[in-house]
Amino acid sequence: MERILLIILLSTAITFSLRALPFLLFRGERKMPEWLERLGSMLPAAIMAVLVVYCLKDVRTDPAHKGIAELIAAAVVVIVHKWKHNTFLSIFAGTAVCMIMMRIFV
Amino acid sequence: MNERKVDNAHLKNKTAGKAGILREGFIKSLPILCSYLFLGMAYGILMEEAGLPWFLSLFTSLTVYTGAFQFVLIGFMSGGASLLTIAVTALLMNSRQTFYALTFLKDFSSMGKRKWFMVHTLTDETYAVNCTLETKGERRYGTMFVVALLSWLYWAGAAALGGIVGQLIPYDTTGIDFCMTALFITIFIEQWEKTKNHRPALAGLGIGILMLCIFGPSTFMLPSLLITSGLLLVIGGKEAA
Repeated sequence: MERILLIILLSTAITFSLRALPFLLFRGERKMPEWLERLGSMLPAAIMAVLVVYCLKDVRTDPAHKGIAELIAAAVVVIVHKWKHNTFLSIFAGTAVCMIMMRIFV
Repeated sequence: MNERKVDNAHLKNKTAGKAGILREGFIKSLPILCSYLFLGMAYGILMEEAGLPWFLSLFTSLTVYTGAFQFVLIGFMSGGASLLTIAVTALLMNSRQTFYALTFLKDFSSMGKRKWFMVHTLTDETYAVNCTLETKGERRYGTMFVVALLSWLYWAGAAALGGIVGQLIPYDTTGIDFCMTALFITIFIEQWEKTKNHRPALAGLGIGILMLCIFGPSTFMLPSLLITSGLLLVIGGKEAA
């Protein structure tokens, strides 16, 4: 329990600092350095890509069961999202398909 | 008498304005309600499944309050991730909030006492919605605040509800954790479509898969995140030169 509280406090401190950082750094007219601006334009997409790999890591460790279900569901998310661009619909459809597939590929 | 009439009229006008702002904020927040209710409940259920009760879901949602990272945090809390891995992941995953905050430097700074609450409640969704506001002045700030406050409450409420529901009804929720994957894929697609430079996204995918093969599923996140951001710094520097 202590470990969990420590994790929550650590995460809160880091997340709040990140959100507050511009308000502390760029008071008045001071501008963001160019390299930081470039990093900021590239980082989110790259980090999200790593996270997608993180989420689909079971494709490697458990390919015949969870892996295949998740790959099919991931394809559904991509297709539905490309089609409708509705985040809620894409997530709902993908999750439903994953839950069904995991009962098929037992 | 006359003076009082004027006062009343002023008061009426003011409350009507407040109700209007409240209504506008609520309407603007409806898409967020939809996704937070679903994702928040899924989060609460997953926390419960990992042996972490509803009040921890509520507490984490009110304090950390960043949907995507909270999902990753479940695995970290129940597993044996080191504090360093957690800190670096939080730093890199949530660094996008820094760039969101930059967008609202002026707005939030004009919001007085509400400023730090607005900073704390900045998420992908409130950023997206508040970016689309076209009003100005107090009408704008009031709406932004209502959207932020409601979204925060939706998320925390849904998370607590998910934890309680997960405890009461022994539904077989196997596979519901995919909603996190789906969320990340949709964000990934949105980001992909926003830019012509796909090298950062491809670098993240390539390095992620490579590190997964080398280090295995439990420890590959830290090297992946560090190498990816390091590489981007180098690419960014080269492109500038």
